Amino acid sequence: MCLAIPGKILAINEGGSPRMGTVSFGGIQKGVCLEWVPEARVGSYVIVHVGFAISTVDEKEALETLKLFDEMGNSLDELKDPEEGER
Amino acid sequence: MEKNQTVDMLSGLSCPVPITDYKTVLLAHGGGGRLTHQLIEKMFLSQFDNPLLAPLHDGAVFTLGNTTLALSTDGYVVNPLFFPGGDIGELAVNGTVNDLAMCGANPKYLSVGFILEEGLPMEDLWRVVQSMKSAAQRAGVELATGDTKVVDKGKGDRMFVTTTGIGVIPPGRTINPRNARPGDNIIVNGPIAVHGIAIMSVREGLEFETAIASDTAPLNGLVDAMFGAGELHVLRDPTRGGVASALNEIAGSAGVGIFITEEAIPLTDDVRGACEILGLDPLYVANEGKLLAFVPPDSTSAVLDAMHRHPLGRDAVVIGSVVQDHPRVVVMKTGIGGTRVVDMLSGEQLPRIC
Amino acid sequence: MRYIDEYRDGEAARRIAGAIHAAVTRPWTIMEICGGQTHTIVKYGIESMLPSGITLVHGPGCPVCVTPLEIIDKAIAIASRPDVIFTSFGDMLRVPGSTKDLLTVKAEGGEVRMVYSPLDAVAMARQHPEKKVVFFGVGFETTAPANAMSVWQARKLGLNNFFLLCSHVLVPPAIEALLSSPGNCVQAFLAAGHVCTVMGFEEYIPLAARYNVPIVVTGFEPVDILQGVYMAVKLLEAGRSEVENQYVRSVRREGNVAAQKLIGEVFEVSDRKWRGIGEIPRSGYKLREEFASFDAEREFDVAGIAAQESSLCIAGSILRGVKRPHECEAFGGKCTPEHPLGAPMVSSEGACAAYYHYGRLENREAQPA
Repeated sequence: MCLAIPGKILAINEGGSPRMGTVSFGGIQKGVCLEWVPEARVGSYVIVHVGFAISTVDEKEALETLKLFDEMGNSLDELKDPEEGER
Repeated sequence: MEKNQTVDMLSGLSCPVPITDYKTVLLAHGGGGRLTHQLIEKMFLSQFDNPLLAPLHDGAVFTLGNTTLALSTDGYVVNPLFFPGGDIGELAVNGTVNDLAMCGANPKYLSVGFILEEGLPMEDLWRVVQSMKSAAQRAGVELATGDTKVVDKGKGDRMFVTTTGIGVIPPGRTINPRNARPGDNIIVNGPIAVHGIAIMSVREGLEFETAIASDTAPLNGLVDAMFGAGELHVLRDPTRGGVASALNEIAGSAGVGIFITEEAIPLTDDVRGACEILGLDPLYVANEGKLLAFVPPDSTSAVLDAMHRHPLGRDAVVIGSVVQDHPRVVVMKTGIGGTRVVDMLSGEQLPRIC
Repeated sequence: MRYIDEYRDGEAARRIAGAIHAAVTRPWTIMEICGGQTHTIVKYGIESMLPSGITLVHGPGCPVCVTPLEIIDKAIAIASRPDVIFTSFGDMLRVPGSTKDLLTVKAEGGEVRMVYSPLDAVAMARQHPEKKVVFFGVGFETTAPANAMSVWQARKLGLNNFFLLCSHVLVPPAIEALLSSPGNCVQAFLAAGHVCTVMGFEEYIPLAARYNVPIVVTGFEPVDILQGVYMAVKLLEAGRSEVENQYVRSVRREGNVAAQKLIGEVFEVSDRKWRGIGEIPRSGYKLREEFASFDAEREFDVAGIAAQESSLCIAGSILRGVKRPHECEAFGGKCTPEHPLGAPMVSSEGACAAYYHYGRLENREAQPA
């Protein structure tokens, strides 16, 4: 079961049990259970699966990953035409 | 108002039922994809076969005297009845107006049949009727005749509406899915998947910072402007089954291949977000107020200009073209540069969890 | 959308694909065990960007596909009862049991409802005290905390009409079973990023060492998958059987400890049967004794349901990555999404369904129209 997407916490209902919050996914909002991401704050990004946040997105690590892509060598385009590469 | 009487339709039926895989009708048979086609072909076309029905286009086109007419019918069972951007009444008028417009016809008259469930609030019925009145005015059609039935509580999902429309096709317009030709450009008049998501958002209880409103609208004015600017080969409104199913149907009818580019397909951020969260592919989500046009290369820029000048065509864009390769198959270049086949919808698209 | 779009960037994808081409010197077979990853790979045409020496095979990563036939038949029996509201995620509704599927039960008058979250099913139980609400708890470790929470909430609210039909499976035992089976040709694994978000990746380290396979914890967007493949290729080329983490923005080595704690309170590890593979010891979860009153299998007398698999379906070989869907005799003919013979054709993450819907042109042209 893998469909989990990142969203931004807009509001947290502190004192609720389980801890719930409102998360925005590109403009649409949904109530999400934040019980397992105690470190998350309003403004944090969380990964949400079936209505539950299972992790907080580590923004620093995310940026590192993106930088790695830039450091990759030659693009596929420079090697061959992608359509010709079809097996 | 008379209560509905049961009609015994099966007495005298002697042919064996042609669909043996399914003993009962499933919701998927109404999804607009393969199962719907199977139902139509095996149960209906096989029994009612005639040259008018065979093309299975949005409407039937025929000539009476010197006039070419188009006839179309559509049933509306949407739940909820009222949703952001419209209601069942507006859909019922625009839907049939659009089916006629997709045949190249100028819609003239509609008939409407209401099946009302006992207990439906009069207020709701009044609201629907008012919507139909404004929609008809906007589209330039008149409601010429109608029928009303009431069914027992629990038997009617509040309200079902069927509209049938008749329109006149001006001489010189030949629109048919079989006319798609290699080289034709495929144009969509604006962002896709809006209507389906608007409905789904009410059903799934999703909240939006600004509500996603259905884009239901009558397209006959836009279609007229397009005919005025150039040649059109095919018109189709991608309702149930989405853009993907409509393109597959046309590719199948015409025996041609279709190639589209994911990056070219217009999609608003909020509809995208909703699709992500529900695990839906926007290509398979129902549309209203949207059309696909297959336009030969030498008419493309004039038709696009004419569309951009019309309120319902401001975001019109070319999303792909008809090709010689892979006949009957729709292929898409994905956002990251790979290619994949865009298949016809099978049953219903269920929100994905995995 | 942030943290999604960047990982669907065509430029980044092409750079990584180029790097893979440059790094490969020998053919390699890499398996992913996650329906979501299968879906992405086929949907974005990732294989068409890889060098021909890299073979991506799809493992038993679709929990819908590996749910045993007997449990589906039990679900159907329970859902057919007039006193039950049966709730489930979307995909399970179409999986064929021995004679029919849950959607058919709905068509025949059963109360079958799709939910987005297990908490929706708990809410339904509160709203309908006169009915028994059953939730079909299918999934890998990613979904276990949510399902555990639903049972825990039901107990907290004092509900006596909420039940879980549990079919949870665990990834590391499946990897072990695959690696120890004769004829295994998988040389590296992409581990499911969201499973590891919950469970961490410590369990994979001894597996990598014992069987000499690199394992890369990978995300789900196309650029994640390409980067995961790149990292696996680098490890393979260097002969290093280690565990690396591509999905660093979500996965920590220890995983989500709070979620694991709740799983441990509600579930315990048990033996589980995997459809198409057979029984794998200690490869699933079942409810702990103190939550037994919420177990649907105890509440409803559904023992002794005999299950009949289609003799044509080769789901087992597909799920083990031994055969690819288009190599199945029934693929596209007797077995299609409209009338599937087995689970991998029904679930949108199942390898057969993915190949059928998105399948590369060569495969498609071989199919009957």
